[in-house]
Amino acid sequence: MNLSSSYVGLIGILGLLGVGFYGLLTTRNLIRIVIALQILVKATLLGLIVAGNTSNQINLVQSLAVTVIVADTVVAVIGIALAVQIRRRVGTLDVKELSTLRG
Amino acid sequence: MQIPLLIAAIIMFAFQTFRSKRLITSALWLAGVSALLSVVFFQLGGWQVAVIELSVGAGLVTILFVFAINIVGDEVVEERSLLPRSFVVGIILLNTLLMGWFLFPVISQATEGTEPPFSTMLWQERGLDILVQIVLIFAGVLGLLGLLAEAKAPLDQPIAEQVAARRESDLKALQDSSLEKEKEYAI
Repeated sequence: MNLSSSYVGLIGILGLLGVGFYGLLTTRNLIRIVIALQILVKATLLGLIVAGNTSNQINLVQSLAVTVIVADTVVAVIGIALAVQIRRRVGTLDVKELSTLRG
Repeated sequence: MQIPLLIAAIIMFAFQTFRSKRLITSALWLAGVSALLSVVFFQLGGWQVAVIELSVGAGLVTILFVFAINIVGDEVVEERSLLPRSFVVGIILLNTLLMGWFLFPVISQATEGTEPPFSTMLWQERGLDILVQIVLIFAGVLGLLGLLAEAKAPLDQPIAEQVAARRESDLKALQDSSLEKEKEYAI
């Protein structure tokens, strides 16, 4: 176990979470929103591996990380397919223009 | 010494993902994040996850993004934020400070322990997870097929109009032919 690498990993987790949330809150393009979700999940994966490295339970953490990667890939695939269908039917990827509710 | 440099590069790549104007460039920066992250996983001892992340995160997902961008076109959406950027940055800084404040003391409480090998852990102790992953993959494939399927009989307005016009012309031709036959009989 290397404590300093754990601290550096923690800084990486916080940085990736910050960038992912920034992208999620500022972008209006549907595909970029899926990319922001990918970055947030990568922060989670890094968190899992850092926790496993610190607690010396890296194999348990790896088995959990595999599940996260599979779920993340399925979410990305469905998100991309939804974006493609929305572009075909509505003609735009801008989330602001997709809203048809008027209040 | 390598890990701090890699982490700095990962954060920079992730930030570049949202700074680049073109979608294809964003997808390539994301692939770079995945590739560097897999090196960090390898350095931290997660070898199997490093390989999976490199092949799935940097390979498969990037190909999917490039495929989708090829279909929808590299549209440049006006990047005017829904929320004010200063407000977003403030919230994120507050969030990061709070998370750091909670997490830094926790990570210093390192523990020692032994555990079974990865294959035993994955196939025997977490066998239910594997079943859930298989179901999830099938659900994802079925969802993708459903979403990308083309409608067999599209009910778009122009096609509906074409069908109605064809029916009208057929009806008119039938009426004309019947009128001609009536005239022939009358003669």
